[in-house]
Amino acid sequence: MAGYSDPGFDTLALHAGAAPDPATGARATPIHLTTSFVFESSDHAAALFDMERSGHVYSRISNPTTAVLEERIAALDGGAGAIATASGQAALHLAIATLAGAGHHIVASSALYGGSHNLLHYTLKRFGIDTTFVRPGDLDGWRAAIRPETRLLFGETLGNPGLDVLDIPSVSAIAHHAGVPLLVDSTFTPPWLLRPIEHGADLVYHSATKFLSGHGTVIGGLLVDSGAFDWDAAYQASGRFGELAAPYDGFHGMVFSEESPTGAFLLRARREGLRDFGACMSPHTAWLILQGIETLPLRMARHIANTRAVVQMLAAHPMVARVGYPELESHPDHALAQRLLPRGCGAVFSFDLKGSRAQGVAFIEALKIFSHLANVGDCRSLVIHPASTTHFRMDDAALARAGIGPGTIRLSIGLEDPDDLLDDLKRALKVAQHLDGRAA
Amino acid sequence: MKLTVDGRTAYAYTGGVAFDPALPCIVFLHGALHDHSGWTLLARWFAHHGHAVLAVDEPGHGRSDGPPLPDVGALADWTLAVLAAAGVQAPAALVGHSMGSLIALEAAARAPDRVRALVMIGTAYPMKVSAALLDTARAQPLQAIDMVNRFSIGSWAAKPSFPGPGMWLHGANRALMRRVLAGPAAQGAAVNLFHHDFSVCDAYDGGLEAAARVRCPTTLVVGRHDQMTSPRAIAGLVAALTPQVVTVDSGHLLMAEAPDAVLAAVRQALQ
Repeated sequence: MAGYSDPGFDTLALHAGAAPDPATGARATPIHLTTSFVFESSDHAAALFDMERSGHVYSRISNPTTAVLEERIAALDGGAGAIATASGQAALHLAIATLAGAGHHIVASSALYGGSHNLLHYTLKRFGIDTTFVRPGDLDGWRAAIRPETRLLFGETLGNPGLDVLDIPSVSAIAHHAGVPLLVDSTFTPPWLLRPIEHGADLVYHSATKFLSGHGTVIGGLLVDSGAFDWDAAYQASGRFGELAAPYDGFHGMVFSEESPTGAFLLRARREGLRDFGACMSPHTAWLILQGIETLPLRMARHIANTRAVVQMLAAHPMVARVGYPELESHPDHALAQRLLPRGCGAVFSFDLKGSRAQGVAFIEALKIFSHLANVGDCRSLVIHPASTTHFRMDDAALARAGIGPGTIRLSIGLEDPDDLLDDLKRALKVAQHLDGRAA
Repeated sequence: MKLTVDGRTAYAYTGGVAFDPALPCIVFLHGALHDHSGWTLLARWFAHHGHAVLAVDEPGHGRSDGPPLPDVGALADWTLAVLAAAGVQAPAALVGHSMGSLIALEAAARAPDRVRALVMIGTAYPMKVSAALLDTARAQPLQAIDMVNRFSIGSWAAKPSFPGPGMWLHGANRALMRRVLAGPAAQGAAVNLFHHDFSVCDAYDGGLEAAARVRCPTTLVVGRHDQMTSPRAIAGLVAALTPQVVTVDSGHLLMAEAPDAVLAAVRQALQ
């Protein structure tokens, strides 16, 4: 079907959650830069606070502009709803803090963004939450690591740095068999590429800073709930998730799963997590991310086309030892990628230069179009050399254990003319090649 | 709140307030493949404004024991039994949505002395279901859920969002129907609730006779963009009941798409 009753992805990217402003007729979503919203009466105020009526009270908890973005991403991801947060890290923290506390446990992929690894491995330990890391493809490892106090399984759709493809159907089945949800970081795979909920994930978050915003201008996170996980059943079976299925003293004794079996997680995350931790998104940020999402389908198609051109060139270049992109048959997760990511495996990947750290540095410094910085998912092409930046304290042996070589380069492919990107890379490769044997 | 009705557990959401049968009672009756959670905003509002609220999960749905009951008449009797089990003595208001509106109508007809007001939301009579949809519901219920979900919601941006900001109604409603569908299997019963509920709606043929026996004030609340129970399909009920008719800007999921307008309509109906 097609049409108003069954809109496609591109239509939802433009319209979901938004309508012409009833007060002014404004067609684009207005930026509601206000801290708070006037009550119609004392009774209306009480009803809003008590969840007898729906509406906005204070922009830390909800805001009309931000709510449009939340509905938009939920629509695109196939979820029941979403919460916008101050950053992707805030979204991860909100998900964990809603479901876990001191004494609880997480099973996580070992192939994670460094910031997520820091949160799980160091910071959450101080708050009594322990994490066991397993290789993302080790299904027995996931299964064996689950304990009675485990509250969620967590992985990235495309792991860092090798783009390990998370086997979402298998890992979610393991999670559900154990009575816990699967949370995935889908930052590298916005919903145009992958909708993890359709494959069994229960909770999805994005660093909207990256492809969703798409222009490298704002920091933000989005946490989406599928509405599918049965918190009541898990609570009855194991006592887990009383946070959602038992009375909460912090909100009138409310049982969130009774209020909404499918919205319980988001109700608690908003009524507790945003209220108490306060890592909300600015309405201005939400508006900028909405602008990005409106062109997401067009941009992602170009990101993927450019990436494929660059991958093809690099894979055939004599100065390149390895390209880690799952569309290549040489990638260990190629078959899984074919199944889960038919539209493409994102626009961020690493490759290994043949040569030394110095050659890696020379390559980076010779690039003129690629920007050398610590971000991905911009409309501009980006590059970083982990051995001389993010991982510069490691010797070569330690780098190898982290899956990084002295010549490993990470690229984030943007929207420039592909021939210009290819020319920039070829020229920089030549510079690195000429350095061979002199500065190594 | 859990009650025992005909020897089985019946669940009723009471709006966040302990149930007091001495207060004026309102029973909220959900539609096909839904549960009490479609009523939570209305239920909370009335429970905090002087009413005793029973937003029930009908048998086999949500938190109530199965099996699902076979027809509208049995569900009407069950509704009246819920009132008795809850200790409600005074006449109650019955508020039903879609299939629930037929149950409310039939209950009001069977026990006119026990019903003080009838509100039928997103209603039609007859409530016929196409053979194609019934077939799909029987053979491919997940596909049928998607079909019904498409036609149940009249907007891409219903505001205020239900039950609160950030909820995407299309996704939330789909997830709820899938969960209710899975409920009997989780209890070990092999029942296709989707096909069952739509068959109950399709088979009900006593609407006009029931309407003739209703003695309480009646209000119909219809969605201007409703594609499931078209506003045109209330003509027979209007002729038989001479109700107040309130039209709101909504599709079929009126309580979720237009919660403020439906609250206003129900408040007016119960005054």
